[in-house]
Amino acid sequence: MDAPYSSNLTRRAMLASTAALLVAGSTVARARTLNGALPWEPDAARPPTLVRPGPWMFFTADEAALIEAAVDRLIPQDDRGPGGKDAGCAVFIDRQLAGPYGRAAGLYLQPPFMPGAATQGYQMPDAPAARYRAGLKALADYVKATFPGKSFAELAPVDQDKVLAGLESGSIALTGVKTAEFFALLLQNTQEGFFADPIYGGNRDMAGWKLVGFPGARYDYRDWVERHNEVYPLPPVGIMGRSDWTVKE
Amino acid sequence: MARKLPPKDVVIIGLGWTGSILGYELAKAGLDVVAIERGPWRDTASDFPPSYAQDELRYAVRLDLFLRPEQETLTFRNRMNQTALPIRRFAGFLPGNGVGGAGIHWNGQTWRFLPTDFNIRSHLEHRYGQDALPADMTIQDWPLSYDELESHYDRFEKLCGTSGKAGNLKGIKQPGGNPFEGWRSSDYPNPPLKQGLGATLFAEGARKTGHMPFPQPASNASEAYTNPLGVKLGQCSYCGFCERFGCGNFSKASPQTCVLPALLRFPNFSAQTESEVTKINLDSTGKRATGVTYVDTSGEVWEQPADLVLVCAFALFNVRLMLLSGIGKPYDADTGQGVVGRNYAYQTTSSVGVILKDKILNPFIATGAHGMIIDDYNGDNFDHSGLGFVGGGYMGFGQTGARPIQTRPVPKGTPKWGAQWKKATAETYQKAFSLSTHGSSYSYKDCYLDLDPTYKDRLGRPLMRMTFDFHDNELKMSAYLTDRLAEIAKAMDPVEMTPSPRKGPYDSTIYQTTHNTGGTVMGADPATSVLNRYCQSWDVHNVFVPGGASVFPQNHGYNPTDTVGALAYWTADAIRERYLRNPGPLG
Repeated sequence: MDAPYSSNLTRRAMLASTAALLVAGSTVARARTLNGALPWEPDAARPPTLVRPGPWMFFTADEAALIEAAVDRLIPQDDRGPGGKDAGCAVFIDRQLAGPYGRAAGLYLQPPFMPGAATQGYQMPDAPAARYRAGLKALADYVKATFPGKSFAELAPVDQDKVLAGLESGSIALTGVKTAEFFALLLQNTQEGFFADPIYGGNRDMAGWKLVGFPGARYDYRDWVERHNEVYPLPPVGIMGRSDWTVKE
Repeated sequence: MARKLPPKDVVIIGLGWTGSILGYELAKAGLDVVAIERGPWRDTASDFPPSYAQDELRYAVRLDLFLRPEQETLTFRNRMNQTALPIRRFAGFLPGNGVGGAGIHWNGQTWRFLPTDFNIRSHLEHRYGQDALPADMTIQDWPLSYDELESHYDRFEKLCGTSGKAGNLKGIKQPGGNPFEGWRSSDYPNPPLKQGLGATLFAEGARKTGHMPFPQPASNASEAYTNPLGVKLGQCSYCGFCERFGCGNFSKASPQTCVLPALLRFPNFSAQTESEVTKINLDSTGKRATGVTYVDTSGEVWEQPADLVLVCAFALFNVRLMLLSGIGKPYDADTGQGVVGRNYAYQTTSSVGVILKDKILNPFIATGAHGMIIDDYNGDNFDHSGLGFVGGGYMGFGQTGARPIQTRPVPKGTPKWGAQWKKATAETYQKAFSLSTHGSSYSYKDCYLDLDPTYKDRLGRPLMRMTFDFHDNELKMSAYLTDRLAEIAKAMDPVEMTPSPRKGPYDSTIYQTTHNTGGTVMGADPATSVLNRYCQSWDVHNVFVPGGASVFPQNHGYNPTDTVGALAYWTADAIRERYLRNPGPLG
């Protein structure tokens, strides 16, 4: 069955390659034609972009103060390790909102937008960045009206928790904001930041991974599969390695 | 106006598992083949190297390797009287994108269907009576038997280097394997993977309760392996980044790992990437395809004439392309007439969450397909008399890792945030896992695919509309299986156990599986199938849909890929040995 079937094969192959040359010379098509061997070219990989410390890229100073206070109640500091603020969750969310995630890149955003059943998923046109902008403003307004003279960051932790619990349950309805959905988004992004690779700005010093005992971006456990009931001995590593390998600036 | 390219013998739409297998088989036979793929070229070194492949946020949460809904999505509704709305972000199922397709992001769970799955309707009616099946259930026999497909399963498993233990070699039961499986002409090409503590404890519990556990068949190579195409696979390192990830270790079978290095060497094969086929073109009679039209990333439109058109996209998009090309009569759910889009089915999964006392499970040490499984409650392996349902599924411990953004079990009643959440998260991670059932999804009159009347893709073409919900039969089946699984879980002496049988309605926002099946069903009767037994269109004889899961008449209690791969080889043989000698209808 290995014998060539088509006697036209050679002629066709020749015509095709001639045409491909003509085509390549006359258009700006970005599509690729591959044959002959697996292609290889240097720097074809797409490693993730390292989040660098520095000024807020999405949040205003007031928004950042609110977010830092909130993530530190969602994941509080305790004797097991740092809370959301020191773990960089606010920085993580800031960089996510300033990037493709924040603008809902790649999602289907064509109209009409109609309310539907819960099983049909999120049906609003606003992207995460817009949801945060509106949600944080409405939350700041709520706090100002309810606790005169104070911002969320200035509230006692017990009051911060009450506000967050009210958002979660829907007992607090922020003006113009689907409140429980906004809280769920904030919680989801905070936990993403706590457990994602540190390259994205959160999980600083692998605080989230150390909390649960996840070894991170290791790639070979062959010797450990059958060592049942033994604590895996090596500390976590991230895509960038480990913070104690890196020179402190 | 489309610019016309020189003709090819064969045009392949989509370069995933079926496209690469058909490409290899037909290029080897000397045909001039082009594969047109709408996504990018992807390869291990450039797209998922182990220097950064283990990135849960990027790949599992932000879905880097998957299809962007802005390029194509579906609309969805549970029932015919609802207005379908677009799936704006994929969540419930995740179609792949680019060269390799779903073969990149799958787990490697490699299951054959049961012999009785292939004649499911006749078998069930014979055993339980003509009235045993609900009136609106539209399951039907496959147009081929397990015996006919066996050698093709064997070929696909050898291509993948599948790891496992045979339970039935040429009719003789083998200790340690799946005692319920159909006969195998040979054992798996690689021995089973090693098992961690969770799977080992499950197997003990299963034996204690009278079941027969065996290692899950896995296309994660347990040893270094060279496949029949001469392509080498590396030994799996149990990194725990299979599902939703590309394998940086050349261990998980994929078109990249198993086929493309050999395929790209054929001078008579080429791949055209970032080019989306918009239509299969027909001649004036409508009985013969003349090739395809595609659009590249610059918006330029091309016509690729070909003698043979192979539809090798993901199951859902095979159906849409047939509908948009006007090949076969579209299904009308009101009348039950028509075939394209008919018998869409899925998978009915459920779980039992388990927390053990004082154990160190190291749940992050995993492959996509290791684990211990029982098959006692799959298909018709057990007597359904008096149970009020048909169908079944496999069940067991098959946890694919414990990446902590998505896997953080906590005891019941734990708050979702705050100090108690943090404490519970830290204390539970090493002691908890989820057991799962993987059940059948039979087809029904009101579960189908058609073109949406409102929503369009970026090229202005109608999106496909999915109408799907779980039926009572499947929910009862899931409840029964989950109860059986909970009995085994109980034998593992848990501190806490949480059975979660599948409940309706089907929720497109909660990930279950990407095992979307049906819509271009293969069958023996053109009134109830789009394709004949060789996966050839009844209407347009030079169009084949070679084995994507869209050809399944219903979905059985197993992952689809092994059957998809086997049918790809089955179709390749039919084209090479029958169709090329005498092009025309093979049915």
